[in-house]
Parts: sequence; C-alpha cells; structure tokens
Amino acid sequence: MNPETPTTDGLQFTPSPVWPDWFRSAQQDAWNEYLATPAPTRKDETWRYANIKALDLSAFRNAPPIASEGKLINASTGLEAIAAKLVFGNNALVHSQTDGLPAGVVVQPLDVAARENEALFRQYFLSQPVELGSHKYALLHKALLSGGVLVHVPANVEVALPIELYHWVEGANSSVFPHTLIVLGDNAKVTVVDHFKSADGAPAFACGINDFHLGRGAKLDYVAIQDWSADTLAFHINSTVCDRDSSSTALVANLGGRHIRGESFSKLAGEGSRSVMLSINPLDGERQVDQRTLQDHAAPNATSDLLYRNSLDDKSQAIFSGLIRVEPGSKQTDAYQKVENLVLSEDAVAHSMPGLQILNDDVRCTHGATSGGISQDELFYMQARGIRPDLGRRLVVAGFFHSLLERLDNETLRARVAALVNERLGVKVAD
Amino acid sequence: MRGLHQEFLIYLLMSLVIKNLTANIGDQQILKGVNLEVPKGEVHAIMGKNGSGKSTLAKIMAGHPDYTVTGGEVLMDGENLFDMEEPDERARAGLFLAFQYPMEIPGVTIANFIRAAVQARLPEGEELEATDYYANLYAKMDALKIPRAFTSRSVNEGFSGGEKKRCEILQMAMLEPKYAVLDETDSGLDIDALKIVSDGVNALRSPDRGFLVITHYQRLLNYIVPDKVHVMVDGRIVMTGDKDLALELEARGYDWVTEGELATA
Repeated sequence: MNPETPTTDGLQFTPSPVWPDWFRSAQQDAWNEYLATPAPTRKDETWRYANIKALDLSAFRNAPPIASEGKLINASTGLEAIAAKLVFGNNALVHSQTDGLPAGVVVQPLDVAARENEALFRQYFLSQPVELGSHKYALLHKALLSGGVLVHVPANVEVALPIELYHWVEGANSSVFPHTLIVLGDNAKVTVVDHFKSADGAPAFACGINDFHLGRGAKLDYVAIQDWSADTLAFHINSTVCDRDSSSTALVANLGGRHIRGESFSKLAGEGSRSVMLSINPLDGERQVDQRTLQDHAAPNATSDLLYRNSLDDKSQAIFSGLIRVEPGSKQTDAYQKVENLVLSEDAVAHSMPGLQILNDDVRCTHGATSGGISQDELFYMQARGIRPDLGRRLVVAGFFHSLLERLDNETLRARVAALVNERLGVKVAD
Repeated sequence: MRGLHQEFLIYLLMSLVIKNLTANIGDQQILKGVNLEVPKGEVHAIMGKNGSGKSTLAKIMAGHPDYTVTGGEVLMDGENLFDMEEPDERARAGLFLAFQYPMEIPGVTIANFIRAAVQARLPEGEELEATDYYANLYAKMDALKIPRAFTSRSVNEGFSGGEKKRCEILQMAMLEPKYAVLDETDSGLDIDALKIVSDGVNALRSPDRGFLVITHYQRLLNYIVPDKVHVMVDGRIVMTGDKDLALELEARGYDWVTEGELATA
C-alpha cells in the first residue's frame, strides 16, 4: 500500500521524519496491519455492551502543528515542585525542562530515545501484547506516533520530586497519540503525572498508550489526569509489568472526554510484586467511560488491588469489565477487584462485570461490584445543617472520590487531584 | 387589651411554638396533637418512653421526608416552619437538630462540611474568610476537647459515640442557631463525654437561644438543667413541670404518668 493513500478515516499515514528508518518501517507495517484488522463489534467479548458507534474515526485528521504554543506552555502548570516537565502540543515537543533530574535519569521524547537509547527502546516499547480489545487502535497508535516520552530511572536512583508530562490537543478533529514509556531499574523510584488536555472545546481524537516496566524492588507512583474536551474520543491503553518486590500505584482520573475507552493490564511478573490500580470517573451529560482490566498473576506472593469508582449523573454510562487471572504456580496470591457506582440519575447506566480465573488453589481473591445512590438520610443530615441539596449531593460525590485518593502516598499530588475533582464537580472547599 | 395583644406578639416572636401538631409515617399516626412553647433563653426537656414520639417530633421539625404533617404548625419566632419546604431552609432560618445517630459522610472532612454549612448562611456572592473561619473552628474545637487533627477526618467516619456527639455540638456552636433540638444527645456517652457535651451546650445557653432537649434518662438533666420538663406519651405532651419532674419520673417511672392521666380522665 502506498503510504500516502488516504483512507476513509481521514487519518493518513504520513511517516514522521523524526524517527530512524527502522522504526519508520515498523510504522508502515503497523499501518498495513491496522487497515487489515477488522473493527471491533459488540460480539467480541472485550467489547460487550460497548458503544461501537462512538468509535467512528472518519471525522478525524492528522493534527496540524500547534498554533498557540506559548499559551499552552504557560497553561502547563500543575505541581509547584517538580523534577522535570515535558510539554507536547499536537504530538510535537514544545517545552522541555529536565534540570531537576538526578544524574543518569533520562526524560526524553521517544524519537530521541529511539536513537540515543535504542536497546532500551527496542526492549520495552510496546513489548506487551494488547489483549483487552484495542489491538487495532494500538496499531494505529504505533503507525502514527510522533511524540511520546521515555522516562528511564537507572537502578538504585530515586527521583524525589514528580515528573510532569503534558499532552495537549488543539484544533477541530485533531488526533494525538500520547505515549509514556517508563522503565525503572532495580530499586529505582519515581512519580510521574500525565496531563491530557485540550486547548479548546473542539472535537478531537486521542489514542494513547503507556508502558510501565518496574525492575526488582522498584517503586512507581503514577497519576493520569485525563481532561480532554467534552467532545473528545479517547483510547488509553496501559500495561504495567512488575518484577520481583516492585510496587506500582497507578491512578487514572477521567475528568473529561465524551467517550473514553480505557484498558489497563497489570502483570505481576515477579514474586512479591504489587500493583494498585485506581480510577475515578465523575460522569455526567452523555459521557461514557468503558474500562477493561486484567490483573495477571504470573508469580507467587504477589498482590494486585483494583478499585474503580464511577459517579453517574444525567445520561452518562460506565462499563467495567475486569479479570483477575491467577496462573498455575502463583501461590499465595492476594488479588482484589472492586468497582463502585454512585448512581445519581435514573437515566444513567452502569454495566459492571468483575471476573476471576484462578488456576491454583492457594490464593485470596475478592471481586465485586456495587451500585447505589446517595442515601436520603445522608442528604437530610447535610440539609439539616443548612446545606442546599444540590451542593450536598456534590459534596457526597466529591467525598466518594476523595476517600479513594487516600490511597495515594504523595500528599501534594493527592491534594492536587482532589482540587481538580472539586473543580470538576463545582465544589468549593477550605484552603 | 392593646397591651395584652402586644405582649402576645412579642411572646410569639420570641418563641418556638408547636401548636396541635399531628403527623404520620405512612398510615400510622405518630404525633396526635402536640402543644409546646419554648421561649428564647429557656431550656425545655421532653422526656418519654421509647416510641412515645419524641424523636419523631425532632425529625418532623427539621423536615425529614419520611414523615407527613397532617395538622397543626410550628412557629419559630412567628415564622411557620412548614412554609419552608426543604430542611436546609429551616436550618438556615435558625433551627438546629443534633442527631441521635449522626450520619457518616465518607471523604468529606469536618472542616469542609462545617464550612459549607456556614457558607450556606452567607448572602450570595459573599465568601467566607478562611483565616477567620479556622480561628473560630479551632477555638470551638478546643472548648469541646476535640483534637485539631479531626478537621481533616471524614464526617463521623470511624468516630466513637462520644466523638460523634461532640461533633454535633461543635456544629451547633459554629452555626449559632436560634433554636436547637437535641435528640438523645446523651445516648452512648460515658460520664466524661456527657460532661464535655453538657458543658458545650451550657456555654451556648443565651437569652437569644432556646433549647429543646429530648432524652430518655434524667441523667443528662443533671448537667443541662432545664427550665421546664414535658412528658410525652403516645404522641402527646401529657404533663409539664419544673426540673424536679425529671427526678420524679426517674424515681416513679413513666407508667405513673399514664396512670395519673387515666385517673384524671
């Protein structure tokens, strides 16, 4: 196929000159495979209940260069004290600040990484299979990737302050392909925050992938603050591989977007490893979040702990389908999986499908889903203090998310996410 | 005549007046014509057996949606509470209910909860000043021996019975109501907690504030000494007396009241 051939999608394969030849050729292969791969249907187990119509890509186009670079850089302010910050606008790096990093730590755009850290890149980039349904979109991501970041923390190095990454999309029907590849050496520690933001309220398409690889005893704290425009279709595909005694805590806060498909795969590859998977989804209007997860226990004595919370107002929809898979030989597994829906409207819909697949008998697993509304007595209590019912409801919803945020170790980060949740819900709080 | 009329008006505007109040839960009548007046500056106690309707009276005044008022009215300084449909309107108008079983609100800190309640009383567009608010909050927490770390704890979550009741009194102190109804505030309290809570209530006694203290036991009234004691039986106030009535009830039991009622009937 001719690389310049337009497709019905509106997205075109235009290999970016930033990449080395070997990767561009891999992108061509990915593009061909993308075109040859059938689109998902609801008959596929991984797309049960999904709104397939929402996945129509025909309106979207390759993003033009960013127009308001300065404005976006100025708006890329989150935490006060950080070790590094990279800002991408429509896939291109527009700002890089890495002077706070300890020696040996690499935070660089992926195209630079593909040249300067080729071995690492080849070993870890998209090294995990995409099994939770979006294989086709992972191919599209690979084919059209031009931005993205490598965070590499060598063995025994701790990055005390967080690294912040901003991924902006600008312009009507622009498409972006954010990628965050985190590779931690043995006993390395880092906190990474991904911000996904729209420069305007225009419709947009985002197809992002994260690959996290934790060496022995490594510790990763990761937060994604997804705040795309209310008219954005987004895929966010995550894989985390934990080696022996490593520990990952990842939170995805879906504050924006029109239709979000999230896939999260945690592989407990080493004995004693731990993965905490968290997500908060305040949904209203006609927003939809469709999340699929897999906790894969491939080693003994490992822990995985998933907690997802959705609040559903108006005509919003949340789909959750999760699986805990305990492989033979993974003795003394601790695995938890819970999704909780706070239903605020009769027109909202939640489909929750927790699941277990246990191939040995020495395990402790719990999984479950709950759905409920705000209790009348809780609301009466607040009203009896003079709080208007509308604010009372919003306080309860904010509290529902805040109590999950207590799982984050980093207090500054927790406060920052809590503030964004309050802002999203229109709740003013004490400073 | 004019003098008497004026006096009545002043009395009406300075009292919580419950007139012929009847109320149901579902088809069941719980209140069967309650009459009661609490002038500002006074503390009145309502005593009665479990199921006599005293907690129902508290919830109905606050506007709990489970109950239906079928007759009568409650005037707060002349203003009919039932003209205010929502519980939050009544609270902002100056009514406070200290709950027998305070609700837990996960993830909402005490500081933010009380701040939202205080803010709700300000005119639109006016922002509560954070420094003043915290100074006020801390002073009142200290008085109630509530550790400052509680400000960042979720409302009532994981609190002991005593901590919950102290937080109810803290909220009352912060919201400065015209009339406070304390529903079984002594339940679940040990003697130390009872003393702290009572001290907190006594500190709020003022010529501008009336209290209605609902309790099952006389014990609380040793610490919060009432001006009047009313006895509720089967949805009605059947006897009213001074503080000594509470002692008499403690000694002779509630059946004595109903027997007396039968005897006079």
